[in-house]
Amino acid sequence: MRKRVCVNLTMVVLVAGLFFTVSCAKKAVVSTPAETQVENAQPSGAQNGLSAEAIAKQEAAKQAQLAKEAEIKEKALREAAARKKAEAMERFVNQDVHFAFDSAQLTPTAQTILKEKAGWLEDNMSVNIRIEGNCDERGTTEYNLALGERRALSVKNFFVDLGISGSRLTTISYGEERPLDPAHNEAAWAKNRRVHCTIK
Amino acid sequence: MKLFEKIFWIITGLMICVMLSFGTCLCADYTYINITNPFIRKIPVAVPDFKDLSKNIDEKDLGKEAQRILIHDLDFTGYLKVMDKGAFLEAPSKTGISQAEINFKNWTSIGAELLVTGGILEHNNTVSLQLRLFDPFKSHLLVGKVYTGRKSDIRKMVHRFAGQISYQLTGKKGVFSSKIAFVSTVNKHKEIFTCDFDGYSPAQITHLKSITLSPSWAWNGKYIAYTSFVRGKPDIYIKNLKQNSGFVVGFKGINISPDWVPGKFELAACLSFSGDQEIYLLTGKGKIIKRLTNSWGIDVSPAFSPDGSKMAFVSRRSGTPQIYIKDLRTDRVTRLTFDGHYNTSPAWSPTGNKIAYAGSIGGHINIYVIGLDVDSVPVQLTHGTGDNESPSWSPDGSLIAFTSNREGISRIYVMTAAGGDQRRLLKLKGAQSEPGWSLEKVTD
Repeated sequence: MRKRVCVNLTMVVLVAGLFFTVSCAKKAVVSTPAETQVENAQPSGAQNGLSAEAIAKQEAAKQAQLAKEAEIKEKALREAAARKKAEAMERFVNQDVHFAFDSAQLTPTAQTILKEKAGWLEDNMSVNIRIEGNCDERGTTEYNLALGERRALSVKNFFVDLGISGSRLTTISYGEERPLDPAHNEAAWAKNRRVHCTIK
Repeated sequence: MKLFEKIFWIITGLMICVMLSFGTCLCADYTYINITNPFIRKIPVAVPDFKDLSKNIDEKDLGKEAQRILIHDLDFTGYLKVMDKGAFLEAPSKTGISQAEINFKNWTSIGAELLVTGGILEHNNTVSLQLRLFDPFKSHLLVGKVYTGRKSDIRKMVHRFAGQISYQLTGKKGVFSSKIAFVSTVNKHKEIFTCDFDGYSPAQITHLKSITLSPSWAWNGKYIAYTSFVRGKPDIYIKNLKQNSGFVVGFKGINISPDWVPGKFELAACLSFSGDQEIYLLTGKGKIIKRLTNSWGIDVSPAFSPDGSKMAFVSRRSGTPQIYIKDLRTDRVTRLTFDGHYNTSPAWSPTGNKIAYAGSIGGHINIYVIGLDVDSVPVQLTHGTGDNESPSWSPDGSLIAFTSNREGISRIYVMTAAGGDQRRLLKLKGAQSEPGWSLEKVTD
């Protein structure tokens, strides 16, 4: 009877021991490669004889390199964002809204452009703008000053209806005094019948 | 008894004869020329060389200059034709310039209906100019004057006499003491200039280096009102020409198109501070007296009638810019123009019975004149020669100044009230536009 128990116990111990040796051996295998990698990264050959100072220096240099790369990435991202912002602003300023002869009504095209501009204004809450109304050279100076103002007011009212605060928007009329194209033909006149937005 | 009867009849007969001849003298009253008659025949006038009165060397040149200025003035009227010297049979510069010395047959035979002689005396830089206007057919002196002054005053003296001639013929002193204000470009800026009625002596009167427009003379010639962007937006400036001082109309929005009330220190202008462009009456110092128009949409370009009782203006109340007239006593507004879809820039003739304006038909702008009667039809004065706008009447209503780009660049032109004799007034560097003709006498 006792002999059987002893034999069983011994077998249990032996099996358990086997398991442990195997797992321990695995662990040992796993840990070695990492150490080897780190060691290879050190050109100076990480000998166990390196001082703590040298190790710190290497570490700092590595960090600096990483930081530099990160900075370059960030800068690129910033520049891309700034470019996009500048493009949006340029688009806001350069894209004029045009009108039919003797009219201050906003065409569907005009309204689309203005909706985009309103979006930009909402994204840039600190910006105030001046809305400039213009006419082509036909017709009298005085009438055109009045018509230019009505065009500017049309645009301002459109922005206000979309929720932009009126206090951010000033209007002015230049009548026929500031043509974009000085030629005396229909193409030039169509270009000149415009409202232009500038940033104050 | 018989003798008494005889004497009675002789005396009666004599009296009748006397009365008849006296009567014809009375009837020899001048019928004034209707200077607005479109079919007017130009009256031939002879202006022979002037006479040197004291054989001073300078007198010849001065005489020639005075003669040249007078001929230009008479030509300018549009109802006189100055005759060619080659036709003359007599030379008053040699034979004499006064009535007694002239042989009128020498003038009637060549068809001169008017004759002007002149004599010039120069001494120590003082000039004395004698001028006489004759009716050769009646052997009659119509007007004679002597002017004394400096050599540099010759132009003024001649203009004064031209005014006398005009007065004799039309009952009005004419344009010879008047001035024209206008806009000219200077280095890409627009400034206000003035010149004499004939385009001489142009002078720049604003130096704002901005966009300055729409000059309008006050009735006494002391003030000019204009619109300027010098403070960043269109405001009206009322400038005292002599004292270089003035007032500003600078309400929120636009302040444009000033026009003075005749005989008062008041003006009308288009202001948009209420959010809509309306016409207001203001004091000469820029304070609002009252609102004159009441309709949604553009109301602009006021122009008063010569008696100040009515005001023409441009309104879009019917959908397109047209000219309306407001009676300032009854507040009634009636529409004046129905032809075409774009009629602006009204100018009320000093004769009171018609209005010139700029009408756009088929893409071209031209000057039209329309009477004030209900059934009046507009008459087109400029044709097929570029764009013609901004009409302004001369103070006697005989001429119209306007802007024309028929040469390619914008210039000031002048024509008679019937559209004849269209010629350029002056040519400065840059482009000229928006003439504003003063009343007769502008204070010097």
